[in-house]
Amino acid sequence: MQHYNMNLTLKVWRQRSNKVKGHFESFQVKNISSEMSFLEMFDVLNEQLVAEGKDPIAFDHDCREGICGMCSMYINGRAHGPWTQNTTCQLHMREYKDGDTIVVEPWRAESFPVIRDLVVDRSAFDRIIGAGGYVSVNTGNAVDANSLPIEKQKADEAFAAASCIGCGACVAACPNASAMLFVSAKIAHLALLPQGEPERKNRAVNMIQQMDTEGFGSCTNIGACEAECPKGISLENIARLNREYVGAIFSGSNNG
Amino acid sequence: MNWKNAFSTSIGKKILVGGTGLFLILFLVVHCYVNAMIFWPDEPGETGKHFTEAAAFMGGNVAIRIMEIGLFAGLIIHIVQGLLLWSQNSKRRPVRYEVSAGNNTSRWYSRSMGLLGTLILLFLILHLYHFWAPNRYGQAFDAAWREEDLYEKMVKVFSQMWVVVVYVLGCVSLAWHLMHGFFSAFQTFGLTTHRYKATIKSVGVAFSILIPLIFAAMPVYLHFIGSSGH
Repeated sequence: MQHYNMNLTLKVWRQRSNKVKGHFESFQVKNISSEMSFLEMFDVLNEQLVAEGKDPIAFDHDCREGICGMCSMYINGRAHGPWTQNTTCQLHMREYKDGDTIVVEPWRAESFPVIRDLVVDRSAFDRIIGAGGYVSVNTGNAVDANSLPIEKQKADEAFAAASCIGCGACVAACPNASAMLFVSAKIAHLALLPQGEPERKNRAVNMIQQMDTEGFGSCTNIGACEAECPKGISLENIARLNREYVGAIFSGSNNG
Repeated sequence: MNWKNAFSTSIGKKILVGGTGLFLILFLVVHCYVNAMIFWPDEPGETGKHFTEAAAFMGGNVAIRIMEIGLFAGLIIHIVQGLLLWSQNSKRRPVRYEVSAGNNTSRWYSRSMGLLGTLILLFLILHLYHFWAPNRYGQAFDAAWREEDLYEKMVKVFSQMWVVVVYVLGCVSLAWHLMHGFFSAFQTFGLTTHRYKATIKSVGVAFSILIPLIFAAMPVYLHFIGSSGH
């Protein structure tokens, strides 16, 4: 594809902290290369702001290769922008043309309070993982992998679920701000494997209770999460989570 | 986890809405089957005989009457829990998005279940007022245990054009509600596995079109064709 430069208008959410109200601020950026990533375009804008003596825009990023789950922008109404199965850092400016206006917002959810500008606090996810998203192995060496045979299909499904990077796009995209896709991916990943089996029921119940405590909305099977997930996590994981939950309540988990 | 807690988590509430939803879907099948008797051609000198017999059986059968209590309980749980979920979920995003994804990531009817359900409820109040309430009143308070002639009542009620329009709109709301609800109920019980997902989706779409279509045909038929002999 032919390389080209463009001038853009950006409408970006600015908010000093979760204590004060935010607002949109418009910026002009010039000579943006179509080869740049979306975050590099923000780097250019921030350099421009620093040179003008203004506050740069705070945004989350880390690996910039689509695997860490840190970047989190809601771009023109789409979590991680318009490309499917893609993170913001992997969105490239060739998507846009000269003169475009782009509206950039943070993930918006009660459970993801804004820290500053486009940075939100996603530690609610960490607390959900802390409630049971692990395998308790306290002693001993790692056993030989071949001593634990795992069906190929289950291994594949578990791997697909494990590819969730915990970015929170599912919450951002869901009209109910529900975290079910994230929680279902974590529960499915462990429920499918023999290592996760012993704690399976408690894990489902505890993680779901923590999810509710954090104030995420309820899943109503709308499916926007699946459409926006950068890792293609399937709604089938939510069906599995529901099965895990029904199984846990009817057989009785240890907590009551 | 005790039973009270089991149904008060977000998934527990979903199970209540989905479970009662599946029960209401079953009810729709029976209701549609019985009422579709009006399309059964009459012998000379009869009007709506097949329907009247079926309706009398349903109206006079003890087992059906007991199930009716369950039906109302299910309906109330479905409505109350559904509306509660709707109102709670709408508070989970205190600051709205400036630009919304709209139909790019989901279907409008999936996002509008509260609204569609409310429209169905409004229709249902009118519907119960037309048929169910007078019939039960007659059975309960009339000394002669009077059963309404429901066929005659249908002909009379559906002679009014505005009623036909409201009923058809009610059926349209039902169709869109089912278009999301049918699949959603199966998903809530975790039955939409890779193996069955496509089948449940297709059956859901067929059901959502067919049942409301048959229902909508009833007022239209009686208004324009069936009542011509009266």
